[in-house]
Amino acid sequence: MANDLLTLIVIVLIYLALVVYVGYVAWKRTKTADDYLVAGRATHPFIMALSYGATFISTSAIVGFGGTAGVYGMGLLWLTFLNILVGIFIAFVFFGKRTRKIGHNLGALTFPEFLSKRFNSRFIQWFSGAVIFFGMPLYAAVVLIGMARFVETTLNLDYNIALIGMAVIVALYVIFGGIRGVMYTDALQGSIMFVVMIVLLVAIYWITGGLVDGNQALTNLVNVVPPDLTATATATGFTGWTSMPTFGSPFWWTLVSTLILGVGIGVLSQPQLGVRFMMVKSNRELNRAVLIGGIFIFLMTGTAFIVGALSNVYFFNTMGQIATQVVGGNADKIIPAFIAAAMPPWFAYLFMITLLSAAMSTLSALFHVQGTALGRDVYETATKKKGGASVMVARAGITVAVVIAVILGYLLPANIIAVGTAMWFSITAAAFLSMYLFACFWKRATKEGVISGLVIGTAISIFWIVFVFKKSAEALGICKALTGQAVLIAAQPWPTVDSIVIALPIAFIITVIVSLLTKPPEKEHLDKCFSGV
Amino acid sequence: MGDFKKVWEMMKVVLGIEDPWVLGAYIGSILVMLLCVVYGALNWNKGGEDEEEQIKEEIEWHEKEKEMEEDELGLWDEEG
Repeated sequence: MANDLLTLIVIVLIYLALVVYVGYVAWKRTKTADDYLVAGRATHPFIMALSYGATFISTSAIVGFGGTAGVYGMGLLWLTFLNILVGIFIAFVFFGKRTRKIGHNLGALTFPEFLSKRFNSRFIQWFSGAVIFFGMPLYAAVVLIGMARFVETTLNLDYNIALIGMAVIVALYVIFGGIRGVMYTDALQGSIMFVVMIVLLVAIYWITGGLVDGNQALTNLVNVVPPDLTATATATGFTGWTSMPTFGSPFWWTLVSTLILGVGIGVLSQPQLGVRFMMVKSNRELNRAVLIGGIFIFLMTGTAFIVGALSNVYFFNTMGQIATQVVGGNADKIIPAFIAAAMPPWFAYLFMITLLSAAMSTLSALFHVQGTALGRDVYETATKKKGGASVMVARAGITVAVVIAVILGYLLPANIIAVGTAMWFSITAAAFLSMYLFACFWKRATKEGVISGLVIGTAISIFWIVFVFKKSAEALGICKALTGQAVLIAAQPWPTVDSIVIALPIAFIITVIVSLLTKPPEKEHLDKCFSGV
Repeated sequence: MGDFKKVWEMMKVVLGIEDPWVLGAYIGSILVMLLCVVYGALNWNKGGEDEEEQIKEEIEWHEKEKEMEEDELGLWDEEG
């Protein structure tokens, strides 16, 4: 134990020294925004790609979804597929370039502001700001839970203590100016994650007997384990860890609609990622970032999901149990438990530090977006006042956001990281995705059209989460209190169908119909928006 | 078509996964990653032609963003 503690201290010190060094180099090179860009010209594009990656990937993807793969198996790799195709390729090549140019043409600084200026509507800005401010704590909370779960397992601490510890560190980070993730530090975290995940991928196949034997063992596992272990899952559609669940079963709907589509498509309209495109200096950086981002996301999510699924083979061979059993049914603990059991302590500590710092960069981006959402998008737009009080409002907003995230960290049930993330992604997709798509690609879209889509998409999404989607409706209890039933529609498959499947297409169709029925936007405004696109 | 089938059958054995949907996800993830690599490599130097102008635009954007952070978040105070 004393030895382990020493290892931990050494790793933390080396890590901190690296962060300080990189921060110092970055600070020396870039004192003003101009320096920042000039230095940026000489900077390798992997700084941009890895810092984007470090904001994109957090404990949620690795701990939450990795653990979920331990339950749902390798079918979750469809999410890796979508994360790369949609979250990197389509986002950078198609959305990124246009967002950047239109954002600059309009002088937009936040994601809601981009949408509002594109459609000339203040309503869009404060409404979107409000959706972000009220919805985002859920995502921040699950990222925080992911950190705490890892610390709990790796250091053998009580979960509540771990959660408070993490919250204090995050609060300090935010208070002492770390709110704007420094690109260099992010890129350092990204690089370490890169190496750590390669080691983990090699290790899992090494432990389970190689690529072919490991996967084959996982395929066979469903026939080897005692049937009662998987009975509950099998009853809802589970067929094995390397096969898709029965088509149309509750298990299938959760995997496909919530986990794969919700997150895979919802990533496009994440406000904290959308704003990053406006920070890039040229399309060339986006082109280059596609290469690095593609490999990065493949390694991060692919490794996490493969390790999560294959941990079943490891746990069964060593303990005679499947992954969910080992962690008492809480999938959030599968990845930490696997690393603690199968990997040497130094690796577990290194992994923990990397994960925590990745979570910090995600959280700081989230709190930054939340602060500006309340200060700039809601308060200033609503009161038409600039500066002064809005600083107070934004700071108060950030403080409230951190506090709410911590409280949610206590209140939310086990097994929540992946589902919580997916819910937030679904809400943003329903609210913003069709508007964002049309903002970039359809000049005929009108203000009235996109506002209808925004309001109706958000309303349906929230209604679905409160009254129809079983996991959230039961947890919230509002439907039960009002109607006496846990969910409004009990017939399968509706209680397991994610809101994105319903709300997004409706928002899309309504936006198109209302746009076509209303007066086209002025040519002058469109010319300004699309100049140079 | 015959070749494709042969390759597919081979992949099943090589990866130890029989379900075509899961095998598709495994191979698909690798393919889209390669798509990103090829796209990035082919366009490595493209898109930077009007860099000077773009950098000017970007500097203006950053100034405004910094202003926003000063005005609305109260950041950067210490550094002026």
